[in-house]
Parts: sequence; structure tokens; C-alpha cells
Amino acid sequence: MIADSTVWIVIAGLGLGSFILRFSVMGLTGRRPMPPWLLRHLRYAGVAILPGLVAPLVLGSALQGGPPDIPRVVAALVTLTVGWWRRDVLLSMLAGGVTFFALRGIEALL
Amino acid sequence: MLDSRVTSRSSRSPFWLGFSESLPFVFVVTPFALLFGVVSSEAGLDLLQTFMFSLTVFAGASQFTALQLMTDQLPTLIVIVTALAVNLRMAMYSAALTPYLGQAPVWKRVFIAYFIVDQSYALSAIRFEERADWELSDRIGYFFGTMVLIYPIWMATTVVGALLGTAIPEWLGLDFAVPLCFLAIIGPTLRTPAHIAAAVTSIVMALLLFWLPYSLGLLVAAVAAMMVGARVELWQAEART
Repeated sequence: MIADSTVWIVIAGLGLGSFILRFSVMGLTGRRPMPPWLLRHLRYAGVAILPGLVAPLVLGSALQGGPPDIPRVVAALVTLTVGWWRRDVLLSMLAGGVTFFALRGIEALL
Repeated sequence: MLDSRVTSRSSRSPFWLGFSESLPFVFVVTPFALLFGVVSSEAGLDLLQTFMFSLTVFAGASQFTALQLMTDQLPTLIVIVTALAVNLRMAMYSAALTPYLGQAPVWKRVFIAYFIVDQSYALSAIRFEERADWELSDRIGYFFGTMVLIYPIWMATTVVGALLGTAIPEWLGLDFAVPLCFLAIIGPTLRTPAHIAAAVTSIVMALLLFWLPYSLGLLVAAVAAMMVGARVELWQAEART
């Protein structure tokens, strides 16, 4: 059980901190142009952190030394490939979701 | 010179253009927020706490991280710092949008900052680069247009998820919805060899450094991946000249 006070402290701290991160550059340097090298790095911010965040979630069981969860891994690869190929977030989610449930179904039948 | 097709397209107000382009994300955000509500109520948070979480933090990955670490009984400070680290990319988004929105008055920038999330950034960054003809007011309109539906849906589905709580059966594999959402966002962003190199670096480093405490491995991986992306971009530019 998580203590009530802990939850409220985390909500307040994380909420305030998140706002400061979002406001930071735009709030402070609004009228100053960013140096090109910094912008060049920032272009890859999203693609630099999200794949690293997702990889352990997909491989979860394998990182703990167990066997990989095949439906998860295959569905993840399908989602990524369809998204890359068709440039469509929704279609990519749909393909991944269908793959996941199809494989789960087959797994249950075996 | 603009041809008639482009002109007629630009006659649609940027606000509504942002709104319509945000529609596919409804299907991305809904399972995310629903899932947060469910996981949160299962962790023992009450409805008000779950709602306040979404209202103040408004960033799925970070909210999930905080929940997980609180459930693991880690020290409060560690919980906040790690969940904030996941949100570091918001500072990067803020910086990347500054050339386009930084001229807005401070009070508008306060609201813009609050609404900086993966979706508003991803849509705006692409559209602002393409539409060099847009004025500041067009860009602000487009930015808020991307959030006018997503934001209330985020809040409402969080509450629905919290109310459903433990009623959702585990076999539905709802926990896979979180990685699925992320992957669907990543795929279309892999436009250039530089983006792909950054993504691969991020995955490999994050897995290699997974043993580091407090999600520090992810931070190191992100910095390395950004450097790789920027480097590959320079190589490509040199190869072309």
C-alpha cells in the first residue's frame, strides 16, 4: 500500500517539475535563437528516448532471465515495421494489436 | 508561388487543421489514459489522486514510471527524479518549438508549455517546418488545435479507467497497450538513416545499461542516441556536398 502523503508529494513534485521542464527553454530564451548544433541534437530527442523506454517493456521476461514472450516481441516488430512502412500511427497500432491477440489465441489453443 | 491547391488548403484555419490532424491520436491516447486509470486504482490511488496525477503531470510514460516506482516502495525523491527524467524530452520539445512559438507573450507561453506533450510536439514540429508561410498566430492556433480534443479525452478516460479499475480482466493483455502505443509513435518517425541510427542506439544502450539503478541507463542511452543521430545527419550532409 502506498501512503497518501507519498502520493500527494509525488503528484505535486512531478507536476511542478514537469511544468518547469516544459516551460524551461521556451520561457527563458524565447527571443534568442538556438545554436544549430543544439537543434541538430534536439531533432533526435523523441527517437532517442522512446525506443529505449519501450525495449525493456517488450523484452520484460527475457531481461529477468526467462524466455521471451513471443507474442509481445512479434507484435512489437509488426507495429514498428508497419509504422515505418505506412507512416500511419493508427494502422500500425491496429496491426500490432491484431498480431498480439492472434498469437495469444494460438498460444492458448496449443 | 502558391498554386491554387495549396492556397485552398491554407484557407482552412490552422486551429481546425491541428484539430483534424490530431484525430488519429485519439485512438492512441485513449488506451493510454484508460490504462493509467486502471493501473493507478489497482495500485491503491483514489479517484481524486488519479485525476490530479493526469491533470498536473499530463505525460503518460512519466505517470506510469512514477506509479511503478511508488508500488516498488522506492524513496519519494527517487520516484520524482526518475519520473522527471522520463519527462526530460519535454525540455527538448520546448527547445525545439522555441524558434516557432518563442515570440508569443509570456502568458501564452505558460499555456503552450503546459500543453507540450508527444502528440502536440510531433504534429507541430512537422507542420511548422513545412509551412514557412505561417504567422506566429497561425502556429499558436495550430498548436492548441492539436490539443483541444486530446486533452479532455486524456482527463476523461483517466477517470473512466480509474472507475473500471480491477474490473478489466488480465487476459486482455492491456499492459501491452503501453509499449504498443510507444511503438506506433516511433515507427513513422524513422524517416532518415539518422533517425534509425538514433533509435537503434537508444535500444541497444538501454538494454545494455538496464542494470543501472533508477532508470539512469535510459538517460545515458538517450544522450548517446541524440549524439549518434546528430553525427549521422552531419555525415549525410557531407556525403551530399
